[in-house]
Amino acid sequence: MLEIQGLEASYGDVPVLRSVSVTVAPGEMVALLGPNGAGKSTLLGCVAGLVRPRAGVVRWEGQDLRTISPHRIVERGLVMVPEGRRLFGAMSVEDNLELGAFSPRARAARRQSLERVFALFPDLHARRGQIVRALSGGQQQMVAVGRALMAHPRLLMLDEPSLGIAPLLVRAILDALVEINRAGVAIFLVEQNVRAALGLAHRAYILEGGRIAGEGSGAALLQDAHVRRAYLGPLAVTGPP
Amino acid sequence: MTVLAQQILLGLLLGGLYGLAAAGLSLVFGVLKVLNVAHGELIMLGGYGAFWLFALLGLDPFASLLVVIPGSLLLGAALYLALFGFVVRAPEEARIKNSLLVGFGLALSLHALAVRLFTADDRSITTAYGGAVITLGTLSIPVIRLLSLLVALALIGGLHLLLARWRWGKAIRAAAEDWQAALLTGIDVRRAYLLAFAIGTALAGAAGTLVSVGYSVSPSIGLEWTLKALIVVVLAGLGSMLGTFVAGLFVGVAEAISAATFGGPYREVVGLVIFFVVLVLRPQGLFGRAPR
Repeated sequence: MLEIQGLEASYGDVPVLRSVSVTVAPGEMVALLGPNGAGKSTLLGCVAGLVRPRAGVVRWEGQDLRTISPHRIVERGLVMVPEGRRLFGAMSVEDNLELGAFSPRARAARRQSLERVFALFPDLHARRGQIVRALSGGQQQMVAVGRALMAHPRLLMLDEPSLGIAPLLVRAILDALVEINRAGVAIFLVEQNVRAALGLAHRAYILEGGRIAGEGSGAALLQDAHVRRAYLGPLAVTGPP
Repeated sequence: MTVLAQQILLGLLLGGLYGLAAAGLSLVFGVLKVLNVAHGELIMLGGYGAFWLFALLGLDPFASLLVVIPGSLLLGAALYLALFGFVVRAPEEARIKNSLLVGFGLALSLHALAVRLFTADDRSITTAYGGAVITLGTLSIPVIRLLSLLVALALIGGLHLLLARWRWGKAIRAAAEDWQAALLTGIDVRRAYLLAFAIGTALAGAAGTLVSVGYSVSPSIGLEWTLKALIVVVLAGLGSMLGTFVAGLFVGVAEAISAATFGGPYREVVGLVIFFVVLVLRPQGLFGRAPR
């Protein structure tokens, strides 16, 4: 349902993405891996409408997204959790979640969505009145995922959801993603934690220097010599220590 | 002593208008990251609106708020669509300087237009109850200015509730905090900007109405009110409408005290001193949050 073909993007004169093609099928969990600066966030930005590509096609259920404004893309069920969470820090957990269900379609289902989010992250229910800025990084990430779920996504894109979060909570977030995926929501995940991502995802793409350098099932990539050397070896840099 | 107390009282009453004038500027600046230096001219237009409604139709100035506020909302929406909507397309850091160009152009045009249409005369509304005074011991409170203060307070309270409770009010606050994140949650940020600008203009119109009844309007009051509003915004910081109102009262009283102690000409100086001191010591303002 998400189909990216020959995507080219650049910041000023510096090319960031070169002829990138990626697909995500309904209900699939797909990981996007690669070193810092490979263009992963730019790729997600192109899908969400925040970055306008120079060439190529981004199609969602057969429709070209390139001229559609970001809030309308959300309305169509394509929702992104940006890197660094980007919550509304001065507002309460509840206000953040409620704002997630802003589009008319999501608003109609906001009661059920809220129950779903609280079932997934019971911690948030107890903290629903708290100001988001006062929460820990892990709790904030739960709010960020929860806010995206409130928009009633059919494809959920996440940019580095485990960045800067205590290991115990990383597990909780990743488990929640699996559960969300089992409920039928497709997931497109950018993740530094390569081993965990490959363990969860049905398929994965490797993005290096703005090009797709490899793709395959999670299990196959875990065995791949290049992936093992570059991302899983003893000297591999997979994120902050 | 009684003279000083009377001056402080009048300063407080005027300060309420400073607060109302500043609230609109603060809302637009905080949400759109655009500095509308024509804000004072929008106040001036509101004042003329009320004046002509009174002069031609005999409409009570407080009742004319019911016409001036919706009219200003529409004017604000039109100005956003015609001018400021283009400014917000620029990256955030370029918005202020672009908005200064647009704002000064708009201020000059509105000033010239007002001189042409209304002449340069001072106008003020004199109602039947205009001279009424409540005497409280040695203090005398002009009824009309007291009413103005109460109306200003009610409008600020209403604005606060609007931003805290209304769906689009929350969207406006979200867009103020992080417009990209707001887009990613499905908020039409352009519409939130349009609403914020229209509401800011409506507040200016309301402030102008109150200025025309307690004080006076002429085509050239714009710059003075923009400066007053800017001083109050700097003192209060962004993000709290109630804080902005309190800062307005503070500036009004500070002006009154300095005028009473050092003489009338020093009335204007104190505001600029506050402006300077706050920028040096607490650039985020009294009620604002320090940037992360």
